[in-house]
Formats: sequence, structure tokens, C-alpha cells
Amino acid sequence: MSILISPETKILVQGITGDFGGRHAKLSLDYGTKVVAGVTPGKGGQFFEHKEHRVPIFNSVADAVKATGATVSVVFVPPPFAGDAILEGVDAGLELVVAITEGIPVKDMVRVKRTMQGSKTRLVGPNCPGVVTPGTGKDSFGGCRIGIAPGYIHKKGHVGVVSRSGTLTYEAVFQLTSKNIGQSTCVGIGGDPVNGTSHLDVIKMFNDDPETHGIILIGEIGGNAEVEAARWIKANVKKPVAGFIAGATAPAGRRMGHAGAIVGGAEDTAEAKIAVFKECGIEVAITPSDMADALLRSAKAKGVKLS
Amino acid sequence: MNIHEYQAKALFEKFGVPVPKGAAAKSAAELDTALAQLPEGPTMVKSQIHAGGRGKGTFTNGFKGGVKFCKTKAEAKDIAGKMLGNTLVTVQTGAAGRKVQTIYFTVASDIKKEYYLAILLDRATSRPVIVASTEGGVEIEKVAHETPEKLFKIFVDPAYGLADFQVRELIFKLGFAGSEAKNAAKLIRTLYNAYWESDAAMIEVNPLISTPTGEILALDAKVSFDDNALFRHPEIVALRDLNEEDPKEIEASKFSLSYIALDGNIACLVNGAGLAMSTMDIIKHFGGSPANFLDVGGGASKDQVVAAFKIILGDPNVKGIFVNIFGGIMDCNVIATGIVEAVKEVGLKLPLVVRLEGNNVAAGKATLASSGLALVSGDTMADAAQKIVKLVAA
Repeated sequence: MSILISPETKILVQGITGDFGGRHAKLSLDYGTKVVAGVTPGKGGQFFEHKEHRVPIFNSVADAVKATGATVSVVFVPPPFAGDAILEGVDAGLELVVAITEGIPVKDMVRVKRTMQGSKTRLVGPNCPGVVTPGTGKDSFGGCRIGIAPGYIHKKGHVGVVSRSGTLTYEAVFQLTSKNIGQSTCVGIGGDPVNGTSHLDVIKMFNDDPETHGIILIGEIGGNAEVEAARWIKANVKKPVAGFIAGATAPAGRRMGHAGAIVGGAEDTAEAKIAVFKECGIEVAITPSDMADALLRSAKAKGVKLS
Repeated sequence: MNIHEYQAKALFEKFGVPVPKGAAAKSAAELDTALAQLPEGPTMVKSQIHAGGRGKGTFTNGFKGGVKFCKTKAEAKDIAGKMLGNTLVTVQTGAAGRKVQTIYFTVASDIKKEYYLAILLDRATSRPVIVASTEGGVEIEKVAHETPEKLFKIFVDPAYGLADFQVRELIFKLGFAGSEAKNAAKLIRTLYNAYWESDAAMIEVNPLISTPTGEILALDAKVSFDDNALFRHPEIVALRDLNEEDPKEIEASKFSLSYIALDGNIACLVNGAGLAMSTMDIIKHFGGSPANFLDVGGGASKDQVVAAFKIILGDPNVKGIFVNIFGGIMDCNVIATGIVEAVKEVGLKLPLVVRLEGNNVAAGKATLASSGLALVSGDTMADAAQKIVKLVAA
């Protein structure tokens, strides 16, 4: 099992005819992911061709869903139009929308998030690397890869990874795979201050997933999402959890690349978050090179087998 | 993006937010024309830089105070002459200070009481929050810490916008009545409109004041904007003052590089914001000191790497370079070739440690090894960080 997506999940790509969306749609097809439709307004009726694949393109998400039964969308639409693209997926009744687009105005996301209240659609992102559920084939192929993560670094297994950052997620996954420890699902929730799915949402899903035996939680300075997740873990999670917080050396008031990575007050520094992690029984990775080892330490202490 | 106080006040006036009458001057010749727009009488002289603590700052020429009260316009002109063109050092500027290139004169208002008002995003609720306090003109962090009961918050539902009952709630809590209440309501409404319509990241008015005649005015104004939304506000982009930004950061933005200068001596070149932050952290962890944050993005093309090296080497404090790349989709060999070409082009003489991992990494490492360059390879982030710290310390 896995969370959010499985190798059987049918996905559609919003912005499949763009350079970025097209490139990653091809990589997902190569990975064995069921990319069943593309959406580009005005290009309905055309096909997205890659090797033996011939993916139909539709004018709207609703049309694509009706024709193909896709339940999940990935959004590569440029920032000025991305909020609208997300809402189109919500309107079409999708289960999950994963927004990769970086640079969406905060006000657009504030409105999108408010509009989504009460809908059945879950949003992951924006400004995120996406979600990967590894498959059983060579280099984890045959899995479901939504977004821009390198598929081949994964390995099917029992560790859940959740992170705001793309490259830090890959770093953690690579360390795990190098130690022959596989992953159930890896979720990049994105680096923006307003996003759909939080650390805590993903932690709850991992906790409920019987196939996930351990969790790596990667956070950053700014906001209190990691703290919220850590307190819930302390009260509810028996599985081993390792945590890492990036940005210990970031100066206050300077935005560190991600729109959300900025120290505003005393509570959202790396130091404060790490202190809460320790207090909540999360094994803290001292450096980013230590993420997989930290989880192994926690698993050993709890007598849990990860592989 | 940040703007100056005089620009923020102009934005406020556009949205109908009451401010004291003011005028800006950018040169000695403009001082008279600016002052001519104000009535004779008590006048404030305010240095315009993008940093707080101006009032308590000191100029490098010894003159004290970047914000001054003057009894007459003649005195204001004299004081402005001492500020304009000189460098002001405040708690927020660092030791180098900032050169004052604009002076803002305002009518000095009679103050009955000072308040605090700010509008920003509340991340926990994903809604705009209005923060207000009866304690104005002081550090709001101090109020929040010592007397949190004097801090009031209103969360605005973006579907409806700021509701009347919320404005009333705020006004009662701040203790306004009569004409003050009416004027305060107008200011809160118009200020919220300014925040929402201009895609501001934060608007802070400290102090907001009441006057003996019942007026409510924004005495100071600090406004920053959401960079992601600037594409729909060319009129705001036009307010950008490049003099207030680090030239290296401006250069970096031309190549889609995200660069922030720090005060250490180990330069970092990394792909991805999270990895770039933690690269700085790991240098510190092993006893070194990072010179910058630099995210070259997911692609890391040769042109970007060359530009990144040039920017890094423009910092005279840099004694060594740490390149940390996780090539997920990108071929590591392409990145390695880019690094080799970049290093040859800029003629690097400092120690360089490269940690490369990911797609086709063996070929990438071979390219680095056979380049003839005096670079050191690191296997993991920890290994590479320890190597560069040692090389720089030697």
C-alpha cells in the first residue's frame, strides 16, 4: 500500500503541451505511470506522443475526466493561470490535484484555498516536487510518479517521506535507497506559505497506512507547520520518526529561496523547531547527510524493521 | 519587494488612507521645491532608506538621528542638508550603513495617542490578518511578548472580505469613540483595500496616531509586496530602488539565481532552496562560516554556473567554494562539464570542493577528475563540508 496515489492511479497533466509539463509527462510515462490525458485549452483533439504512448489532449479537465476516468491531476500551468487551473481540477471533482508551478501569487492561493473548503479534492503544493509511490520494477519503475522528482532514486518499501523541499527530499530518498531501505510514498508539500496539504495531513496518512513503518519529516524555517506535526506525532504516532530542519544559519527577515522560508519570530527558527522535535520524541538528523541514519536509530530503539 | 516610506504614503493616498501631508526631495536643489508644498510650521525630516531604526541611527559623518523634528521649514532644510547624500547606520543596516538618497518632509502632527496597525498573511489560517495594538511607536515584538492582551487580531475571510462587524470590533478594542471611531474605521478599511488590491506581503503602520482634533493618521508606513504578484503591478515594479539592494543579488536575479550575501568565507553553489539552506547549515556545523545562500535552481546550466561563480568571487571575503549538486533529472556529467568550463573561464584560484550526486554521477566525477583542475571531490554532503572547512582553515 501507499498513500495518496498507487501504481494504478490514472493521472492527467494540465499544461502537457508546455516545455516543462511535456518533459515531465514523458519521464512519468517512462517510469510506467498511467498518464491517461493532457489538458491544454484550445488543443483538444490533439495527441501527446512519446515512444509507444499516444496521450489524448482535452480542452478542459472535465472533458478529460469524463473520457479517461482520471482521478488525479498534475498542474504545470504558468503562475498567472495556475490558481485557475487548480480550481478547474476541483470543479471536475478530482480526488487529488498536485500543483508543481512555482511563483503563484500568495493572494491567488489564499482565494483558491478558501474556495476549496468543503470540496472533496485534496491539493498538494504548489511550488512542490510532487508525489512518488515507487513501483516494483528495476529502479522502482512501474510506480506512480507525479511531478518532477527523479523516479530512479526510489525503491519500493516502507518508509514515508514528507518535505517542503525538492532536493532535500531526493537527498533523503537517495540515502534510504543506498542503504537498501525502500519507500512507501514520498510527498513534497511545497515551499510556499499557503499550500494545500500540510506536514500534519501527510503524517496522519502515513500513520494510518499499514505499509508505512517509519517516517522522515523534513522541514524548514518559517511558519509553525512542523511544530504542529511534531506535537501530533508525540500524542499519536508509535512508528519511528526522524526529522530534519533546514535553515539554522539563515538570517532573520531574509527569504531563503522558498517563499515560505523566512524567520519571522522566535517560534519559527530552526533552533526552536528542533527543540520541539526532540521534546516530541522525533530523532533529529544532525546534518542532512544523517537523515536515513537518524531514522535507523529511531527504528532500532523502537525495535521496528524498515526493510 | 520593499519600497520607501514616501512611496508607501503615496500608495496610501491613492487608496484614501489618511497620512500627514508630505513631500520628497532627491537632491539639494529639490529641498526648496519639496518644502514649498508644505505649510510653514513644525516639520519632520525623514531619511528614506529600506531599514528600520532610522530615528536612533547615526550618520557616518557623526550627525545623530535619521528622523528629526524641526520647528520651522528653514530648520528642516538645514537638517535635511546634513542627511542627504550621507550614510546612515541603524541597528538594521549593518556597520556599512545605507546612503540616504531621498529626504521626506512631512507636517509634524500633534499626537494625542500612538497605536500599532499591521496587515499581513497568517500562515496558520491562510488568511489575511489585521494586527492592532493600543501600544504604538514601540517594538511590537516587545508588546507581543510582555503584554499580549494589548494585541488584537482580526482574521479576514477572503471570500467576503473585511466585514463591518470586524472593523467595529477592532475599533472598540482600540478604545476609539465619536469622530475618532469614524475616522479609524475609514483608515482600517482603506488600508485593507491597499493591502489586498496591491498584493502587499505586509503593511505596517507604527505608529498610527490620533490627534487632538479627532483625526486618525498613518504617521509611518512600511510596505512590502509579494514578488510573485509583481507581474500584474507594473506601477509597483517602477518603485523598485536598486540602490537599496546588494549589487550581487541584482546580478544574480538576472540569471534566475537566488543569491543572498552572508558574512562568512565559504561560498556555496547549490541546486534547490532546501538543499542550499542546509548546505549553509552543514558548513556551520563543521566549524566553517557560509558566505552566501545560492540556489541555481533545478537546471543548473553552464551559463548559470559561470554567472554564479562570478558573483561568488565578487565577494572579497570568500576563501573557498563548496559546490553541492544533487542531479536528479539533470545529467551529472552535463553539470560537471559546466563546472569545469566555468572554473576555467573565471580562472579560479581558491580551494574548491565539489559534491555531485544523482543521475550519471560516475561520468560526472570522471569529468571532474580528468579536468586537470585542482578541485577536491566529496562523497557525501558531510564529507565535502568537512573538506572545504579544513581547506579554508589551512
